[in-house]
Amino acid sequence: MKRLSLIWLLLPAALLLAAFIVMPTFDLIRASIFDPEFTLKHFQRLVERGVYVDVMWRTVRVSLIVAVICTIVGYPVAMFINLQPKKRQVALLFLILIPMWMSVLIRTFAWIVVLGREGLINDLMIGLGLADGPVQMLYTSGTVITAMVQIMLPIQIITCYSAMTEIDLDLMRAARVLGARRWQALTRVYLPLSYDGTLTGLVIVFMMSMGFFITPALLGGRQDMMIANLIEFQVQHLNWSFAAAIGIVLLVLTVAMILLLRWTGRFAFRRLLNVGR
Amino acid sequence: MAVAGITFENVTKRYGAVVALDQFNLTVAPGEFMTFLGPSGSGKTTALNILAGFAGITEGNVRIGDRSVVNLPPEKRNVGMVFQSYSLFPHLTVFENVAFPLRLRGERGATLETKVRGALEMVHLAEFGKRMPNELSGGQRQRVAFARAVVFEPPVLLMDEPLGALDLKLREQMQLEIKRYHQQLGCTIIFVTHDQGEALTLSDRVAVMRDGKIAQVDTAQDIYDRPSTRYVAEFIGRTNLFEIEQGQGNGWSIAALGTQMAALDDHGAAGRTLSVRPEKIRQIGQGDADTTISFDARVTDVVFQGDHVQYQAVTSGGAPLTFQEHRGHGARLQQAGDALRLGFDVADAVPVQNQ
Repeated sequence: MKRLSLIWLLLPAALLLAAFIVMPTFDLIRASIFDPEFTLKHFQRLVERGVYVDVMWRTVRVSLIVAVICTIVGYPVAMFINLQPKKRQVALLFLILIPMWMSVLIRTFAWIVVLGREGLINDLMIGLGLADGPVQMLYTSGTVITAMVQIMLPIQIITCYSAMTEIDLDLMRAARVLGARRWQALTRVYLPLSYDGTLTGLVIVFMMSMGFFITPALLGGRQDMMIANLIEFQVQHLNWSFAAAIGIVLLVLTVAMILLLRWTGRFAFRRLLNVGR
Repeated sequence: MAVAGITFENVTKRYGAVVALDQFNLTVAPGEFMTFLGPSGSGKTTALNILAGFAGITEGNVRIGDRSVVNLPPEKRNVGMVFQSYSLFPHLTVFENVAFPLRLRGERGATLETKVRGALEMVHLAEFGKRMPNELSGGQRQRVAFARAVVFEPPVLLMDEPLGALDLKLREQMQLEIKRYHQQLGCTIIFVTHDQGEALTLSDRVAVMRDGKIAQVDTAQDIYDRPSTRYVAEFIGRTNLFEIEQGQGNGWSIAALGTQMAALDDHGAAGRTLSVRPEKIRQIGQGDADTTISFDARVTDVVFQGDHVQYQAVTSGGAPLTFQEHRGHGARLQQAGDALRLGFDVADAVPVQNQ
């Protein structure tokens, strides 16, 4: 009885999902395999052409790199914040969140201002005599990755941090007095206890990176095209069915990679627990 | 097992303007069960944290055995510690929790297994090795925390209000167990608590703390029977305090009771108060010895407590007092309003400093 009445709480969300996620997804699947008769030619084309395969692998690779850098950079920052007095924690989190008030588009444009031919850094380097002429920084893979990291970093920091707040810091003291050096307390207690949250953050950053469009479009060159850019290109050329097929592949690829990441993550976690045994 | 004593030499600890420990001096004998008893803010936890290495000191010296530990990090001190919240590692099984300090000391394989099993057997949890901490009850977690703290046979064991989170019955049971472990292990134990009952039950000696200093350090019985200050007398158990003045000759006069007594020592009455425990005051008849101080009083309140009764009364001089009667064979309950002749033996009265 109780459970039955509680289920109504989910109704608005279920309707929303059905109308704007489930139906369009099926529509997308339909569009990718009926053109107008049933066909797999779009998927075939995607797999057979080297260019497209390159774009797919690049998307996975760039997303992975961004997720890993965000984790390596974000984890210590989250830890630093978590070990501050409570009041300062709130202030620091506020600072971390400020960039997220601005849209991705604006933050991406800001990078153009900073890295352009007549941008801040070039002006500075030429002014200081470190460079003879403007250095090419825009439209390179490094810039795309740097900007994506900058955009995604707050998300990873916040996710790690919220996992860390669950850790009873007395456990670190307990570890120390039981014989653990600082780094041993870190690797045997703090790290395992914040592992799940960190892995979740990594997966979220990866997932969001897989769908990045604006940043590679504005800051990258032809060689930096990601799946979302490919979809846009095909839509521009009215290849609806092919674009739908790419969309499906993006979805499948993302889900598969998330499963793989979680599985690898759990395997690595067991190895981590075995440190020192 | 090597057992080590502990020495605090003139230890002062300041946090900014706050003095947490003030010229603290204490020597704990090897194998002794010493309790730090005091209200929060009295410095007992600070003293423990200094021993564990979680807090440095501003001045003085701290030794465990012959070695000064002032500059040693916690992991080099080789002390066991049981925390109030147990602090079991939630990601490790019971077995791995207990194995934790052993692995850090490089123990492996069969030796490690034997030691962990031994420790778990000692706390009656031999079958629980594969469980996770969140699958245990409060009392069981407590025991795991204890096993983990002693499995590497530390010469000193620190316990920070370890029974605070348990309910009364379990707490009493655990007190007995801790006593048994202490006899079994023989290590020096520093036990921090604000519960006086716990302190009296467990300790060889109790250090009553106040404002970063030791108010009195003595055996449990002496702390209770021979408190040196008013503070200690009031903090441990209940007591009646009567103001005394230097009377005729060498005697002391007790205004509240309208009576005189011979001086108990040579220190004079100035700055001192007489402490008499409620259970030392009784109804007296004609035949009582002449070492008894007696006075008239009227019962104002009766608090029935099962095995004993606690009476509030007022003396004929108007001073309130509390006394207690055990309900032995044939004992009659007094009623509010009853007039009684009460008294206590001179030997049961303790002059305490007004501090």
